[in-house]
Amino acid sequence: MSAATLTPAAATKGDTPIPLRAHLRHTGALIRRNLLWIRQDPESMFDAILFPVIFTLLFVYVFGGSIGQSLGGGQDQYVQYVVPGLMAMMGMNMAQGVGTGFNQDFNSGVMDRFRSLPIGRGSVLFAKIAVELMRMLFATVVLMIVALLVGFDITNWAGLLASVGLSALFGSALMWVFLTLGVVMKSAQSVQAMGFLVLMPLQFGSSIFAPTASMPGWLRNFTDYNPLSALADTARGLMVGGPVTHGLWVTLIWSAGLTAVMAPVAIYKFRTKS
Amino acid sequence: MGMTRIDDNPAGGRAAVTVRGLVKHYGETKALDGVDLDVREGTVMGVLGPNGAGKTTLVRILSTLITPDAGQATVAGYDVVRQPRQLRRVIGLTGQYASVDEKLPGWENLYMIGRLLDLSRKDSRTRADELLERFSLTEAAKRPASTYSGGMRRRLDLAASMIGRPAVLYLDEPTTGLDPRTRNEVWDEVKAMVGEGVTVLLTTQYMEEAEQLASELTVVDRGKVIANGGIEELKARVGGRTLRVRPVDPLQLRPLAAMLDELGITGLAATTVDPETGTLLVPILSDEQLTAVVGAVTARGITISSITTELPSLDEVFLSLTGHRAGAPQDITPAETREEVAV
Repeated sequence: MSAATLTPAAATKGDTPIPLRAHLRHTGALIRRNLLWIRQDPESMFDAILFPVIFTLLFVYVFGGSIGQSLGGGQDQYVQYVVPGLMAMMGMNMAQGVGTGFNQDFNSGVMDRFRSLPIGRGSVLFAKIAVELMRMLFATVVLMIVALLVGFDITNWAGLLASVGLSALFGSALMWVFLTLGVVMKSAQSVQAMGFLVLMPLQFGSSIFAPTASMPGWLRNFTDYNPLSALADTARGLMVGGPVTHGLWVTLIWSAGLTAVMAPVAIYKFRTKS
Repeated sequence: MGMTRIDDNPAGGRAAVTVRGLVKHYGETKALDGVDLDVREGTVMGVLGPNGAGKTTLVRILSTLITPDAGQATVAGYDVVRQPRQLRRVIGLTGQYASVDEKLPGWENLYMIGRLLDLSRKDSRTRADELLERFSLTEAAKRPASTYSGGMRRRLDLAASMIGRPAVLYLDEPTTGLDPRTRNEVWDEVKAMVGEGVTVLLTTQYMEEAEQLASELTVVDRGKVIANGGIEELKARVGGRTLRVRPVDPLQLRPLAAMLDELGITGLAATTVDPETGTLLVPILSDEQLTAVVGAVTARGITISSITTELPSLDEVFLSLTGHRAGAPQDITPAETREEVAV
């Protein structure tokens, strides 16, 4: 092992750009790292397995009967209502975890190592998002298995795939928000608490779990503008039939808007964090 | 501002690191307040100073983690602000802040860094194997780094920073938080690396560490360089040593300290008690003072079980260079072990 001798005065004044291939290689190496985390610590996949199982069972068996009745049917009818809603939620729930892991990287010092290496700073963020999306797809598969077991009737496979895609799209847009929180906040716990506080009202103040018709006026104003309602309604329309166009646009605009605003913010905060 | 040419260095020899008038403020705090520094190729420069002196800020600027508010710095000819990516190719960073991924096995850590440094898959594998062997970690290669002992962690840190065969290596307080035996182990590794021709910038709070590893010293305090030069030269300037006296009866420690301070026969810093080892640390400036202290202890009729002299403590260095104390009392003794810092 011999150290490189110093090059004589650097010939160029400018900095060299990183080629695209190198970006992909770096992102690949970091994806491998994040996947190894899961192998070292399989418990980190528990939420991806348990979340769809528990939510499906809880809502279908606890609330399913009574909400189903108000839908003009029974538990079976509620299954058809809530499963697309849960599908819509999946992207968002997985998005939440991204900030926590990111924050841990900063606090453990491994981020400083990355930032002192000649790699694009975006690689670290993209690798995180890629792995979270894989986790989300895994959770979606679990959800579909549980859904089939409780009697969900898939009528439209293309619609199902489109819903998964839409949920992933909205989820990855939200990930930029959580990545920003992960960079800005001091501890992983506060990132988690913050995520919970933000997501809880958004989840329940939406049409994910129950139709909004019986809610009081002020709440309906909120749920109608809640992008999660649009996402849930669209998923429902795609998977079991119903109106799609309006909700689809709302979801797409929200996703594009969140990404356009929060991705630069996250990258900027990441670059300038000292 | 033209680029500093690498062979423009007044100190002779080619400069691996050149720093001119570097300033970094955090609000009211002047972390760096106009620092100049030259590290010649193939040497070890020790940057010595207490907590908060600006050592880590300096390393973070030189590794492009933060940008300076003013001033210039080049490493291997690359400007820290204008050529950060090229600069990152020629440096290695190890220290209290830059660390390995605890959840990954040792081998995976090194392989990942190889890939991030654009080595091929094959070269990354070879390099990871080579370095694990070199730092005696082959047996722990497959275990997550979180299961490593403190010393193994630091060795893995060192291995990680050597993957890209850096021209300049930064060691930011490499042994802070290690027990004395592990510290010696890390020192041996660093010495071996220096023998292989790496240029090293070492920051430390310990005079003893600087003495062990560095050929030249820059003493910093409150963001400013307060002295620099060869180790021997600085020691001569400070002229102090620390006398470690252990009375048989630990109850005698405090009365003894009070007596010596009263007599005024000791060096600049105050006499301090180290309750853990049951010893008294007495700063002395000359052999005459040493003799006087021994005389005073004897005259008092106190039995002592050991008496040794040590290098000037950081506190002593500071007092003689600046006229004020370096920092918290726990930073006084050079050989003392601090609690593991949470990382």
